[in-house]
Amino acid sequence: MNKNNSFVNRLFMVLVFVFLYAPILLLIIFSFNAGSSNTIWKGFSLDWYQKLLHDRLIIQSVYTTILVSLLATVISTFAGTFAAIGFYAMRRRTREPLMTVNNIPMMNADIVTGVSLCLFFVAFFSQWSSFASWVNGIQSFFVLPTRLTLGFGTLLIAHITFNIPYVILSVSPKLRQMDKNLVDAAMDLGCTWMQAFWKVILPEIKPGIVSGALTAFTMSIDDFVISYFTAGTSSTLAMTIYGMTKKRVTPEINAVSTLLFVTVLILLAIINIREVRQERRRIVEQNRI
Amino acid sequence: MKNKLSHLAIPYVIWMALFVVAPIIMVVIYAFSSADGGFTLANFGKIGTYAVVFGRSFKLAIIATVICLAIGYPVSYMMSKEGPRFQRIAMVLIMLPMWMNFLLRTYSWMSILENNGLLNQLFQKIGLIALYNNIFGTDLQFFRMMNTQGAVVLGMVYNYLPFMILPIYSVIVKLDNSLIEAARDLGANSMNVFRRVILPLSLPGVLSGITMVFVPSVSTFAISKMLGGGTEILLGDLIEQQFLGGAYNPYLGSAISLVMMVIVVICMVVMNRFGEGEEQAVML
Amino acid sequence: MKKTLALVMIMVTALTLTACGGSSSGSESKDRVVNVCSWGEYIDEDLIYQFEEETGIKVNYQTAESNEVLYSLLKTGAGDYDVIVPSDYMIGRLIAEDMLAELNYDNIPNYALIDDRYKGLSYDPDNKYTVPYTWGTLGIIYNSAMVDEEITSWDAMFDEKYAGQVLMIRNSRDALAAALLDLGYDINTTDEAQIREAYDLLSTAKNNGIYQAFVMDEIYTKMEGGNAAIAMYYAGDYLTMLENNEDLRYVVPEEGSNWFVDAMCVLKNAQHKEEAEAWINFIAGTDASLANMDYIWYASPNAKALEQYPAYYEESYGEPLDQETFEIMAAPAGVLDRCTLYENLPAETLALYNELWTELGI
Repeated sequence: MNKNNSFVNRLFMVLVFVFLYAPILLLIIFSFNAGSSNTIWKGFSLDWYQKLLHDRLIIQSVYTTILVSLLATVISTFAGTFAAIGFYAMRRRTREPLMTVNNIPMMNADIVTGVSLCLFFVAFFSQWSSFASWVNGIQSFFVLPTRLTLGFGTLLIAHITFNIPYVILSVSPKLRQMDKNLVDAAMDLGCTWMQAFWKVILPEIKPGIVSGALTAFTMSIDDFVISYFTAGTSSTLAMTIYGMTKKRVTPEINAVSTLLFVTVLILLAIINIREVRQERRRIVEQNRI
Repeated sequence: MKNKLSHLAIPYVIWMALFVVAPIIMVVIYAFSSADGGFTLANFGKIGTYAVVFGRSFKLAIIATVICLAIGYPVSYMMSKEGPRFQRIAMVLIMLPMWMNFLLRTYSWMSILENNGLLNQLFQKIGLIALYNNIFGTDLQFFRMMNTQGAVVLGMVYNYLPFMILPIYSVIVKLDNSLIEAARDLGANSMNVFRRVILPLSLPGVLSGITMVFVPSVSTFAISKMLGGGTEILLGDLIEQQFLGGAYNPYLGSAISLVMMVIVVICMVVMNRFGEGEEQAVML
Repeated sequence: MKKTLALVMIMVTALTLTACGGSSSGSESKDRVVNVCSWGEYIDEDLIYQFEEETGIKVNYQTAESNEVLYSLLKTGAGDYDVIVPSDYMIGRLIAEDMLAELNYDNIPNYALIDDRYKGLSYDPDNKYTVPYTWGTLGIIYNSAMVDEEITSWDAMFDEKYAGQVLMIRNSRDALAAALLDLGYDINTTDEAQIREAYDLLSTAKNNGIYQAFVMDEIYTKMEGGNAAIAMYYAGDYLTMLENNEDLRYVVPEEGSNWFVDAMCVLKNAQHKEEAEAWINFIAGTDASLANMDYIWYASPNAKALEQYPAYYEESYGEPLDQETFEIMAAPAGVLDRCTLYENLPAETLALYNELWTELGI
């Protein structure tokens, strides 16, 4: 491959990056605007950041977003890894239809997933309500809540549901790459399947699990549509922003964006610097050998 | 032993049955129900009225996908030719916007494209609007960009471009260099190397990029509402309107969702078949 | 096999646990909460904190875009609210569909302060379900720097002269009302031919590119920033916009218009009825009404508050309240005479509205 791009090619790449970043840069600049306009600059101020700190709605929705993303990532990473191992051990004839179902949330338009979950939850809740009152009627040891509503619980279920396929997607190839005899050998040598899992399978598929978890987290953070249909009265940051764009525009949104952007930038920088260092160390060690 | 391991998937299979299969069955049930609960085909009968919306959504999504491909493929290809350090930074830069919610990014475009927005102010300052008026004898105060189909396509391209770049790049970067060298040694020029070797081998990346851009584009409602002004609605808007919007009718909404889902699935299957054929041709 | 069973058990218990978590602060939790759903830019938010401090009840304040959206939220189950603030015709519909709870007015002594004019209206003739929150008129807002003439008629909303400069309202009832009024029909008509004619007027205008966008509260940014010349919206919001753009004008068109009452109601399945009534009582009070009026510019149905408002304004801002401003906020009898209250429409007409509204979007 001929290395190095021509000047024109480089210019093209730069333009694409300008296109990607110009709007974000504008958001950041206008978050320091003294006026409330997003087009007319009226001087520097930190007012919007101060307002943001007192805006309960935004703070609450940031909290909800982070909580649901972290919980969904952890749960779906666990569940997805186990499911991937299970699928891997299945016969092809059983596996293939299950994998097709597994792909549905990834292939389907978000809005269909959201709408279908919304319909399902609401139907389930109405059934549950009559079931719970029947149970409460025939015994008095415990009381089942008769009225369930869309809220954080349903939001979490929805996020887990659309995250697991991504985990499976990134764990499965690692399993397939793994030497099939390893597990059998471990078992032959007296490992229980739990031990075999911890000592043999897990180290092999770890990179897949990590990238699956990362994808799941990204998907959770970036999601709006599915949350919109399943969150009920709780609200993720995306939903709050959507609500805010429908009202009078306030630069508090810019302030949130800026903070988010900076946080992500720092996180990614740390991750990358670490990776670079590790790589260097590896190279140094290799050179020593 | 393997059989026992396969039991690990049982909880997830139950989960899928509950939260993937059952909800879709609900959509199907709703699509065939009337408001009083009886069976009906009327919801599908009404869909004909909305054919325009289907057409518009698919048109805009296809345009957005083509533009994404036209920008995304060259960028991925060029990136893969740069040094590892550049590649790493470029990847981070492409991923970074995805971590900010897409609504924030779309929102920023609103203030750029408005009639009194930043772009129009810029055009005014540099005399572009005056120039245009002189040439065409018009009397424009601004260029109308907001609330047009163009703005919606721009929003789609802007938001989903990373979804096109990432899969293509990840395929191209893994291409076996020896294949390219071999082609060159056999006398192929750069154009031929690209057309005969690189392009076919990167096709899987292109196909998944197309899927990842097309599906969200065809079903979006936030972008069209924010940048399109709601005068020319898309499928997503239509569905949203029936569930959480101003015209409550989940039965019609389900029917539209179902039809959209079926069309999208058919498109994907056809495309993947076509892709597989290509791949096999390459292998031969 | 046992272990598989255990795994399944874990999954299922986790599932039921999360599902129970979904029963937003179920009956067992002792935290006093009230879930309120209102419109955007429709309260002085300091009142929320004040209420929380006074009563120790936490307010979970949310907003919906329009009456029709609120109805969808309630019907799909996406909204779990205690107090809602719908407009007259939607209240009628919610009562007809048995979705509202009867209020215990003993818990709402401030109800006595509400002017009798806003009691016993068609949507709640026996005063069992509602406590009015605000009232006002629907009209046309235009930018006098962008429009040469003085606008007095609904024609402006359908005039090709203003193609691309007009913002149409994004809810079926108000949008169709504008068209019905322009055609000289009653806004509460159930005559299908008349409604279809109104729809044709709207859809022709839309197809001719008259509407720049369909908006609700996006109107603030668009009108204040001079991005559109003409729009239809509510009087109170006009006054808010006027603070940021002095060129704006408001008119209740000569063909007549709608006057509305938005009232607080409690949903039938509300889980915090007592707290809800405490909130309603607090908001209906004179002090809260004054603060609210000052912030949102919608007239209060609290007779004392409305009477005191000019003095309150003078005291707060050190200048007298412009009479014209006051009359836009609280329309005088002369204007109200040509305005009608929306009434709840029969189910077939509502279905027709929905259908036409969806088709208009195409």
